Amino acid sequence: MSNLLILVPFFSVILLSLIFRVKMKGAAFILGAALSVLQVYLAIFYSNAVWNNSPFLFSNFLKLNLVVDNLSRVMLLSIGIVSFVTVFAARYIIRDEGERFNFINLLLIILAGLNGIVLVRDIFSLYVFMEVVAVVSFILIAFNKDIRAFEGAYKYIVLSTVATVLMLTSIALLVLIAGSTEFSAVSQAIKNSPHGMFVMSAAGLFICGLFIKAGIIPFHGWLPDVYSEAPPPASILLAGIATKTVGIYTLIRLVSSVFCFDSRINYVLMFVGVVSIVVAALASLGQNDFKRMLAYSSISQVGYIVLGLGCGTPLGLAGCVFHLFNHSIFKSLLFVNAAAVEFKTGSRDMNKISGLASGMPITATTSVLAGLSAAGIPPLSGFWSKLIIIIALWGAGFYGYAVIAALASILTLAYILSMQRRVFFSKLPEGGQDIKEVGFTLALPALILGAITVGVGILFPFILNTFLSSFAFP
Amino acid sequence: MEINLIILAVLVCSALWTVMARSLLRSGIALAFTSAVLSIIIFRLNSPLAAVFELSVCAGLISVLFVSTISLTTPLTHKEVLKHMKARLSRFWYLPLILAAAAILLSRIKIDLNLNLPAAETENDARYCLWHLRQVDLMGQIIILLAGAFAVVILFREARKNGR
Repeated sequence: MSNLLILVPFFSVILLSLIFRVKMKGAAFILGAALSVLQVYLAIFYSNAVWNNSPFLFSNFLKLNLVVDNLSRVMLLSIGIVSFVTVFAARYIIRDEGERFNFINLLLIILAGLNGIVLVRDIFSLYVFMEVVAVVSFILIAFNKDIRAFEGAYKYIVLSTVATVLMLTSIALLVLIAGSTEFSAVSQAIKNSPHGMFVMSAAGLFICGLFIKAGIIPFHGWLPDVYSEAPPPASILLAGIATKTVGIYTLIRLVSSVFCFDSRINYVLMFVGVVSIVVAALASLGQNDFKRMLAYSSISQVGYIVLGLGCGTPLGLAGCVFHLFNHSIFKSLLFVNAAAVEFKTGSRDMNKISGLASGMPITATTSVLAGLSAAGIPPLSGFWSKLIIIIALWGAGFYGYAVIAALASILTLAYILSMQRRVFFSKLPEGGQDIKEVGFTLALPALILGAITVGVGILFPFILNTFLSSFAFP
Repeated sequence: MEINLIILAVLVCSALWTVMARSLLRSGIALAFTSAVLSIIIFRLNSPLAAVFELSVCAGLISVLFVSTISLTTPLTHKEVLKHMKARLSRFWYLPLILAAAAILLSRIKIDLNLNLPAAETENDARYCLWHLRQVDLMGQIIILLAGAFAVVILFREARKNGR
């Protein structure tokens, strides 16, 4: 049944392009929103056994060999939520019906690509679906067709190509060792291979490629330009889920299932993670552009995920997956808020916009919630995931990393509060009284994401006993 | 051995032509030529089927797509091209030197990995692999083609319609 997660978005695009292109372009919005909600519902309520059951058609004619496990379901849920939010943001922000139709078609294609990444268990198939996402991301970044967007898209495609070359080289080396591209075969061959350095070189090349795709320091050059210059709905999608799935989910999957938490890889991950946390947080403090600040913040938060993964324990893995989910929610929310502010003021410069809280109460409130969650303030969702990562680090004996991770939250709090004060709570400029809250179509996604951020934090004991325990205590 | 070196040298020159060509159209043609040379190398490495794929898809089909897309763009004037080339040369003059130095260095290093690797998979026919074992990859590639079609429509055709 998991095959449908790729086939349905794909055939929806065909249907939309062939039948609804001339008349009823509004159908794209309904279809996009419906598929996203359906994915969220199925990810929550359908068990792994149901997902992995193949109906006659798929077991005999179209064998895509896709597998769903708990990690896949967390990602499918995040992808569904962020896609739903992006569809609504696109409806509000992209005013031209034809452009909106094209945007939602691209969203459905990237949905198929992201689902493919999450469901395949083969390194070459993984690469193919990563390319699907890369091509669509390139189009989304350049969607507005202005010179700065093209510059961001060009940077992305050049660095993405470098990552592709590294990953393909790695795949070639791994095929030499394993004679197959399936995760299980590659993992087994790595365990039994007498060529330790050769295997490590292959793993290192793949991980470097993923670092570029995830925009982790020192491979982050493209990320601030892309997040800030892409059209607002595209920024939500890219920052919220696309780069997280391509770079971070893939890293988690390969390190845990294929490279089997090799200690040398874990040390590299922890070092890179902690450098990303601190350097990106310091860089965020110096930004005046709202979206650039969020982009650096995203790199810093991804650092926590990589640090938790590098810990190499089941608790560290649980923390990293939980923070990945939380980060996709609160970062999407912050980018929804940035889209609302940019749409209403026409600017992203935090020196020029101020005192918006009185005119835009929903945007201001949800932005505070997302910001505090990112900073790890209890009882919001981000607090629990960071706490699990820090406890995992401490428990594994990495005291220094645990202390740095805890202290770096103060840096996060500093740039988040600075942004809140400047944009929402400082003195209202002359003429600022005319700025009103965004419409329901953009306020609804902000409210939903805000509710998830608070709800996951409050319901943490339930989440710990259900899905988190499957990672932490397998 | 000599013939392999000559083909590799032609491949490098052709790749340089691709990235240094003054017009996009010439660059596209140079890329097709590079793919054709690469297919000769693959053929000489005893992979005739992969060579045919490289020749038909990369040198053939992809080149047609490139030329069709380039026809939707507005070419730069001769003056603009010269200005662009001059700027690029002043910025990246050191890259050929680095390339040459790396080539000399790598040709001097002899690494003996002494690898004991499993034999290549030969029992399955390539067509069987493609249509039965790699269906998910085919699906992914069809989706990439669809995304490419949208890229042309959104970034070129509609931009042209709007006079951008």
